[in-house]
Amino acid sequence: MGELTPQLLALQLVTGVALGAIYALLAVGLSLIFGMLTVVNFAHGAFFMVGAFLGIYFQTLTGSFLLSLVITPAVVGAVGMLAERFLVRPLYGRGIDYPLLLTFGLSYILIESMRVVFGIEGLPSATPAALRGSVDLGIGRFPLYRLALIGATAVVVLGLWLLIEKTRFGLIIRAGSRDPEIVRVLGVDVAKVWLLVFGLGTAIAGLSGVLAAPTRAVNPEMGITVLAESFVVTVVGGMGSLMGAVVAGLLVGVVFSMTSLLAPEFAELSIFVLMAIVLLVRPQGLFGKAGLMA
Amino acid sequence: MKATGVHALMDLVARHRVVAVLAFLLVFPLLMPYEALAVNILIFGLYAVGFNLLFGYTGMLSFGHAAFLGVGSYLTGMSIVHAHLHWLLAIAVGVAAAALVGLLIGHLAIRTRGIYFSMVTLALGQIVYFAFYKAESWTGGENGLRGVTVAPFEVLGLRVDLTNPIAKYYFILGFVALALGLVSRILASPFGAVIEAIRENEKRALACGYDVARSKILVFVLSATICGLAGSLRALHLSVVPIDSLHYLQSGQAVMMCLLGGMGTFFGPFVGAAIFLYLEDVVTSLTRHWMAVVGAIFILFILFFPRGVWGSLMARWQRSATREPSSPAVEQSGPA
Repeated sequence: MGELTPQLLALQLVTGVALGAIYALLAVGLSLIFGMLTVVNFAHGAFFMVGAFLGIYFQTLTGSFLLSLVITPAVVGAVGMLAERFLVRPLYGRGIDYPLLLTFGLSYILIESMRVVFGIEGLPSATPAALRGSVDLGIGRFPLYRLALIGATAVVVLGLWLLIEKTRFGLIIRAGSRDPEIVRVLGVDVAKVWLLVFGLGTAIAGLSGVLAAPTRAVNPEMGITVLAESFVVTVVGGMGSLMGAVVAGLLVGVVFSMTSLLAPEFAELSIFVLMAIVLLVRPQGLFGKAGLMA
Repeated sequence: MKATGVHALMDLVARHRVVAVLAFLLVFPLLMPYEALAVNILIFGLYAVGFNLLFGYTGMLSFGHAAFLGVGSYLTGMSIVHAHLHWLLAIAVGVAAAALVGLLIGHLAIRTRGIYFSMVTLALGQIVYFAFYKAESWTGGENGLRGVTVAPFEVLGLRVDLTNPIAKYYFILGFVALALGLVSRILASPFGAVIEAIRENEKRALACGYDVARSKILVFVLSATICGLAGSLRALHLSVVPIDSLHYLQSGQAVMMCLLGGMGTFFGPFVGAAIFLYLEDVVTSLTRHWMAVVGAIFILFILFFPRGVWGSLMARWQRSATREPSSPAVEQSGPA
């Protein structure tokens, strides 16, 4: 291992924040779906994986990364909406475990269908040509793609925040996650909102798959570990908080990349240990309300 | 009159459930295409029974039970490979280690409830996975632990050679019988009533004065212990320990087996394990896409048969039993 220079640490910090941005997006999607539908989407990692595959597919089809960034989440979100309408919806009111188990089964089907369509080896992923190389930020050179990834995530999170806090639809989401009964009584078609929120959550998972593809190996199993990691982020941040998802996502990303630099043997373990510590000290998560979780 | 005979039989089975299950398991290898599959079903049936104690009877959906199966397997395997311990001692080490890990994970996980419990157990289970994955010099890392072999030995005057699948089946059945007796005893005890009360209404159980947190830890550890025993036996069965036995997908298999057979029933987990592994055996010989098939079957069961195969049969028997003339009160009460 080379010497620990400030430049190296800064570089690793950017890598960590970029990784954390993906975690934050995943956790935001999970949290959005859970907050509204009280469904833990165990297929979230699989939707992420499908997003990565379709992202590369649409990128080669259209020749544009930007177009793929728009088309892929729309397609993944549409698949998510189909799943909500025909698989998850019949289970509402039948106990909280059933939707969870159903999405676990769904993840098997999504994984296998990508194997059938794209093969078991996965797809080679490349950084879009315009975002290759690195830029000098004064304190050192940083890979352009990671910076773009962080920027894109910031834009998405800001957009979501505006949607949830400033629009009528966001008002319904916030009200619905508190008391769907009252929202229904007020004349809102709650079933339609559930459908849209599930679609939105899975679309964000798909988007994070497109964004993450150039930074990692794209294969049908890539979502399996990601699911566990996004659970860690959700538990650390506290469920149902957009802020918690973002802060915990970045924290987990930075912890992971710093331990990979300093003690690579413990990189995978470190984030789970972080979660265990949070559970011991603050079981409701950093930003969660007490009583929601326990 | 024929129906009464069936009910009398079912009554007898229900009252002597351990004997009934063991009688079935004694002849079970004859029904299977080959013995190794029967051994597999026996071991995974036990794994699902242990899981069912927590999920089916206490209502806590853990996604971390692979940790206990895997720790049982690895510690038994490592005791034999590295420490050259006697097989019985190796099993004891594996089971004790699984119970200890169960205590640690349970202690953290029961701070959360419902859906969070599932997420937290999954994540804590992955700690164990990565720890064993990285400790390559002890565990074999990615390749798994190899060379868990036991030379033929004598037990109660009988010579047991574990390379003979039939001998192996009945050797393992001995341990399964002990575990089933234990589970049946737990369920029949006042403690068994407490965990079912927690499943039905945790707040009310608390209000009734039961120590819910302690009961949860205890049932978690018991469940981990039984899954650990299944793991120990699996190490002897396979003579290797694959690293995948610690992964959360392996925890998911316990969930699937439990649900396919019927959660919260005594024999359901065995039925579920048999269906799962028999289907896997048949389907993988026909197509490579076993994962899609099992995923689809699992989804269909959740949507249409959430009671599982055995659970649905039991419910039907109970319904027809209540239509007997001997219990008119139930009939008058109408549909629930």
